[in-house]
Amino acid sequence: MSANPEQPDDQVTITIDGAEYQASKGATIIEVADANGVDIPRFCYHPKLTAPANCRMCLVDIEMNGKAAPKPMPACITAIGDGMVVRTESERAVSAQRNVMEFLLINHPLDCPICDQGGECELQDLALGYGRGISRFTERKRVVDDEDLGPLVETEMTRCIHCTRCVRFLDEIAGTSELGALHRGEHTEIGTFVGRGIHSELSGNVIDLCPVGALTNKPYRYTARAWEMLSHPTVGPHDAIGSNISLHQVRGTVKRVVPRNNEAVNETWIADRDRYSYQGIYAEDRLQEPIARDGDKWQAMDWQEALESVAGRLKEVAAQDPSQIAAWVSPSATLEEQYLLNRLMRGLGSDNVDVRLRQADTRDGDSPSPGLGMPIAATEDVDAALLVGSHTRHDQPLLNHRLRKAGLNGAHIMALDTRRHDWNYELSEELVAHPDQLARELALIAAAMAAYVGRGVVEGLHAYTGGAEPGDNHKRVAQRLVDAGSALVMSGDAVELHQGGADLRALTALIAELAGAHHGQLGTGANAFGGWIAGAVPYRGADGSPARGMSVAETIADPRRCYVVVNLEPEHDCFDGAAARRALEAAETVVVFSPYVTEAMREYADVILPIGAFGETAGTFVNAEGRWQTFAGVGRPIGEARPAWRVFRVLGNLLSLDRFEYNAPDEIHAELQGLWERQGNPSNGGWQGRPAEPWLGHGSLVRAGNTAIYGTDPLVRRGEALQRTPHAGAARPTLSPATAQQLGVNDGDWISLDQGGPSVRLQASVDDALADSTVWLPAGLEGTAGLGPVHGPINIQRT
Amino acid sequence: MTSQRLAYTYLSDHQREAIDSWRARFPDHDQGRQSAVIQALHIAQEGNGGWLSQQMLDAVADYLELTPVRVYEVATFYSMFHLHPVGRHKVNICQNISCMLCGSDELVRHIEQHLGIGLGETTADGRITLVPEDECLAACTGAPMMLVDEHYYTDLTPEKATAILDSLE
Repeated sequence: MSANPEQPDDQVTITIDGAEYQASKGATIIEVADANGVDIPRFCYHPKLTAPANCRMCLVDIEMNGKAAPKPMPACITAIGDGMVVRTESERAVSAQRNVMEFLLINHPLDCPICDQGGECELQDLALGYGRGISRFTERKRVVDDEDLGPLVETEMTRCIHCTRCVRFLDEIAGTSELGALHRGEHTEIGTFVGRGIHSELSGNVIDLCPVGALTNKPYRYTARAWEMLSHPTVGPHDAIGSNISLHQVRGTVKRVVPRNNEAVNETWIADRDRYSYQGIYAEDRLQEPIARDGDKWQAMDWQEALESVAGRLKEVAAQDPSQIAAWVSPSATLEEQYLLNRLMRGLGSDNVDVRLRQADTRDGDSPSPGLGMPIAATEDVDAALLVGSHTRHDQPLLNHRLRKAGLNGAHIMALDTRRHDWNYELSEELVAHPDQLARELALIAAAMAAYVGRGVVEGLHAYTGGAEPGDNHKRVAQRLVDAGSALVMSGDAVELHQGGADLRALTALIAELAGAHHGQLGTGANAFGGWIAGAVPYRGADGSPARGMSVAETIADPRRCYVVVNLEPEHDCFDGAAARRALEAAETVVVFSPYVTEAMREYADVILPIGAFGETAGTFVNAEGRWQTFAGVGRPIGEARPAWRVFRVLGNLLSLDRFEYNAPDEIHAELQGLWERQGNPSNGGWQGRPAEPWLGHGSLVRAGNTAIYGTDPLVRRGEALQRTPHAGAARPTLSPATAQQLGVNDGDWISLDQGGPSVRLQASVDDALADSTVWLPAGLEGTAGLGPVHGPINIQRT
Repeated sequence: MTSQRLAYTYLSDHQREAIDSWRARFPDHDQGRQSAVIQALHIAQEGNGGWLSQQMLDAVADYLELTPVRVYEVATFYSMFHLHPVGRHKVNICQNISCMLCGSDELVRHIEQHLGIGLGETTADGRITLVPEDECLAACTGAPMMLVDEHYYTDLTPEKATAILDSLE
């Protein structure tokens, strides 16, 4: 019975430290206290993890129905009751907390002066309030051997207080269960036991969770103190989630990256890619000043001279035939950069500007826009999802985290790709097919679905099914998607890279439509959706007007005389690195805007202009759900480098283009926002926009792949610590056992591979996760730069 | 990699059957199967000369479909699981309070001398391992006492103890 007749049944009233609070039944004391700003000390409790109540720091005094509990109770697992009276500062509660603190400090070293956690340590903070001035402990403290957990997380396990937050994080959030609490009592140690290290793509979060200095940031170690750094809010530059992060800097140098809370986007987590890629800002190959080719030599020049020379070259080509100019721009460039580049190109008379570096097939040209088609936070509540060509765990780690939550709650998460992937939860169905057969598989799902919903025969589907009947697996996928209250059908990176990608996207759209599901299309890059909005696509201006330019794929197949390349390395970032490089090498004029200068660039470029890297420029990213997130620059760009928007603005002035008088990125932002708000919601492609003829397939041994998690863009490829994880390093071409046997290849053999150009020598893997006649070989890894299309025919020879 | 189930490499049919009977008593989800870990480790240890190798731990994890660290935690927590090779007989001399008051210190000294090994060591002939100090073995009425494999020997004197040890094969 409720004490208060006005109170809803699911609400109770409790008193904490004399003040009354209303809260939902089933809440714990610590949740109510946190929600109302009452401070209860804690170590093991974390709102995103289960509560084991093992640190005992949150002991509070409780009284129920006028009767005091016989001893203090842990606030983190004690559920509230109506009329409960909680005292967090009673003599008994505080004495219990002080006693717990004394025990915690018994074995904790007094090495705060050399501990990275010093100054931001939960133990240090609480010791100030609850610790004794002088220790009564005169015995020896225990010492724990450190384990090497890999290049990202540093250990100093003697400092560990066994709160087990890291263990629970890897269990419950990362899903990898790599750490455990080993041994017992005083001998308890947190570790892997076998020295395997931790490899989760979210592993860095254990650093933030660790309340002491046991787990700290390895690359950041000893480089700064918490109190001397300034924190700048910004946005993760690698995936379509747009995780909210803070850069911590000292005198303009970024020292580390930490997450910012945003429940709608990244909750309180970030992927390791967003945490450690900042090291790329300080890579050795940063370009310090503009340089131009002078015969066989490279000449440094000042900005004025360099920009005038670029403007002159562009004008010259434009005067003859503007369609001979093509611009390739990174999908992780800011909205403002993409928009100004679009305006520059269109001002010159060319519509050939594109951010879709990895899209091999643009036959569906003007129909699809990238995006998730639903709010990111809502994906954790779907009842079913079909992920086509998406290893979401690596492509969009925090989207995978949401889908994993849905999956663990009973949703049917299903996938179709050319291989099974290493998921961190169990999928309901994982279909594997040869790249040539992916369209057929989707068509069979669509056919099963049409039958299930009573739609009869879908026009055009027969061309893909070839008259085959759906199997039980197709029917299961179809029925689960239709029966779901909320469902997501999404295509990923491998679909972008697929040479029949337009068919796959149309079929994915058809399945979403038949199922009444949300439809998503996510490639790589932090701002692919932004590129679309900014009009940095060849078939669409920023105001939504249609255009008829050439895509990246088309300007590779039909090379132009002049290229403008913005913040990318074609050999890694284009769907066909070899062909992209050939096109650049054959061009008369190549202007590169890049924070870095590589040997390859010196071979194909004529002028290379240094632009600000991530963190050195202000701008906006639009994430997968269409959220515009604006951030400021943190430090000055290195050397003479300048933010790209500023360079484009000056170039616009030199080319005498109209309306290029921007003083700050927010003016560009506001102008574009105005254009965007006048347009309706983008269509996300559809079955009607399918290609006239299905793509026929290669019918041979085919390379398939996606973009490696730490190979997505120039910045992360220079993240030195990330590159030392097992997710990076030399590529391992992977074959199915049957295909390997056919080719006489064994696991671990060195093989030479070529796609019509120069061959590379790599060590093969054999894995039954793969479809037959397929070589899995992702882009963005060491050894893949000289190869041809990520999806395309490949030759293998044993060496 | 082509997955090869460790459970079928390292556990015999008989052992897997025995584990099945324990597994069947708990709900079939992660936490339920975790309840069968202790018994599964006993079964694996018994068939492996009294100790658990890394492969054995991984095989148990594989068979119970648990992540390996869940098994490592249990195996390192309980002192009845041995993670290094042991002798044919495990001898555990209780040294908790009752046994200590009744002379377990002298008993340990005598046995160590007699066998020529210290606690935690194994005789050169592989006959006996002296298990390091453990928790109370709950036979205080018969203190001092020792556990030899699965048998309790109570009211020991140094002579009685060495006679018992000498009779072991």
